[in-house]
Amino acid sequence: MKPVRYQTLAGQSGGYWVLLAALAALVAIGYFAAHYMEVHGHYVTGMSNQIVWGTPHVFAVFLIVAASGALNTASISSVFGKNDYKPLARLSALLSVALLVGGLIVLVLDLGRPERLIVAMTYYNFKSIFAWNIFLYIGFLGVVAVYLWMMFEPRMNKFGKTAGTVAFIWRFVLTTGTGSIFGFLVARQAYDAAIMAPLFIIMSLSFGTAIFLLVLVAAFEWTGRPLDDDILRRLKNLLAIFVSAVLYMTLAYHLTNLYATEHHGVERFILLEGGVYTTVFWLFQIILGSIVPLMILFSPTFSRSRRALVAASILVVIGGLAQVYVIIIGAQAFPLVLFPGMEESSTFFDGAVNDYTPSAPEILLGIGGIALALLIAVVAMRVLPFLPERLGEQPSGTSEPEAAEAAAG
Amino acid sequence: MQSRNAKSKTNRKRREFIGRAGAAAAMLTLAPGVRLVDLALARPADEPASDKVRWGMLVDATKCAQGCTECVDACNEEFGLEGMGRPKTDAQYIRKIDLKDKTTGKRYSLPMLCQHCETAPCVDVCPTGASFRRIDGIVLVDKHICIGCRYCMMACPFKARSFVHENLTDQVPEAPRGKGTVESCTFCVHRVDRDREPACVEACSREGHEALTFGDMNDPNSRLSQRLRELPNRQIRADLGLNTGVRYHGV
Repeated sequence: MKPVRYQTLAGQSGGYWVLLAALAALVAIGYFAAHYMEVHGHYVTGMSNQIVWGTPHVFAVFLIVAASGALNTASISSVFGKNDYKPLARLSALLSVALLVGGLIVLVLDLGRPERLIVAMTYYNFKSIFAWNIFLYIGFLGVVAVYLWMMFEPRMNKFGKTAGTVAFIWRFVLTTGTGSIFGFLVARQAYDAAIMAPLFIIMSLSFGTAIFLLVLVAAFEWTGRPLDDDILRRLKNLLAIFVSAVLYMTLAYHLTNLYATEHHGVERFILLEGGVYTTVFWLFQIILGSIVPLMILFSPTFSRSRRALVAASILVVIGGLAQVYVIIIGAQAFPLVLFPGMEESSTFFDGAVNDYTPSAPEILLGIGGIALALLIAVVAMRVLPFLPERLGEQPSGTSEPEAAEAAAG
Repeated sequence: MQSRNAKSKTNRKRREFIGRAGAAAAMLTLAPGVRLVDLALARPADEPASDKVRWGMLVDATKCAQGCTECVDACNEEFGLEGMGRPKTDAQYIRKIDLKDKTTGKRYSLPMLCQHCETAPCVDVCPTGASFRRIDGIVLVDKHICIGCRYCMMACPFKARSFVHENLTDQVPEAPRGKGTVESCTFCVHRVDRDREPACVEACSREGHEALTFGDMNDPNSRLSQRLRELPNRQIRADLGLNTGVRYHGV
């Protein structure tokens, strides 16, 4: 196998600058949205004393979970020694850092007191999984940074496997921590479940791979770099397995809840009578976000089309956002059960389904987080050689991507 | 009724006098820092709270009047919780919950507030330790290190906490609040430390309902302990094993 040659983005094209400007604008809008929330207070958002975590948390958790999964390709190459994936390991590690930073910024800017970030870094309650996560997130950035260094510096390449293994273990612990934010909440009917940790790990594999595929295809096609369909086919199969696994874990979660009478209320709410949450669950998470992508990924006709793969990945991302929306907001919309067997009512909305409408500042802050992640990736690829010049053995000029497109269209 | 109230008041006064006299005796130290008996009463400002005390409350739902919001009003006044006319984001430290048994149709009315759990989920999950339990059982928020993440609100089984959603003006000096931080019932710690009862308890008694009893759960002779022994009572969400400091009778 020939040595892989990496090359920075030329960054001269109009398209590059337009992309950069568009992402920077979205980041700026996201920042001003957060500033608006901070100046006026959270009453200008859809969040309340009933729905205490809203759309920013959906975006933040999605990005943090996806960050861990974006490292898949790097892990497969270094930990499991699959050399075919090796040329993409740098991009994989870069994306995982970028997504994590994007998610964390959204989380921090939504805090009631974002300027007290230093407090969060200096005062710790080690019984809090949140406090642990602060270490896990910052540590992950450090571990992946070292891992990238081992990959970039030829003299350090020999430590790549060790660094990759540390990063691999770290990301599992990290996603366990993120899932446990919900798994450890004893108060709410939809949480307090050990399955949250493995569910989040599987979700990370699925969302992260989908985002990685999208960035990979965009980066190669927009810079005119040859991209072998072989690697895409492998990633496609991986994605299909991960999407199936998320479906399986979701099924196990709901079946367990459905068996326990105590949880029938919340299950009836999410699965049948929850209005928007029921729609988001069935239509966006299950049908559009899982079943349709699986049909595309497994279909002999579509599975060879790059466009179809991109479409499936986009659907997985939408389904992922929907899933996190149901997990975070749907669970809060269902009232706390203080007195089983009683009808409860109060001026504080006890016993009532809590309504929530995402507000513009929340959505813009969340989109700003995604834009920041992509901006970091786009700038980093311009500055350092993250992308290989080519992927696959075919001589340059071969029109295999075009052939695939022709097949699709 | 009147005379019984008056009598119980006299009794309480007498008990308080005896208690204070005993406390004064106990203040006589054997050596610096060593006392014969630790205090269960108000303490000087420079003295830390004691784990000999566990402040708690009994809610007698049989005496809580449907539609009465004296406790809520007193709390709002005590803490300056004037609503902004936005029920979804306005803070409530104590609220009245109306209940209807789905089987029998029997109705109940009772106040819900921070339950001051012994193992409080809000304290467990708080990343900075801003949510903490004072050694005498009162669960509080240190507003200087609360970062406003609201994880405690996600964790509280009783929905007892509120988030300050807007800028505040004209705050009450004894109980400062902070925009972007979380807050909840403090058992009126500023009163308790001065040997006064929480505002809600005082208001309920003033109205003659006597549905709320506040006191030291660790002191077998406190009125609270006596009533807890007399009346069958329960913890809300007892399944969680939190050992709440607020107990309910008659529901």
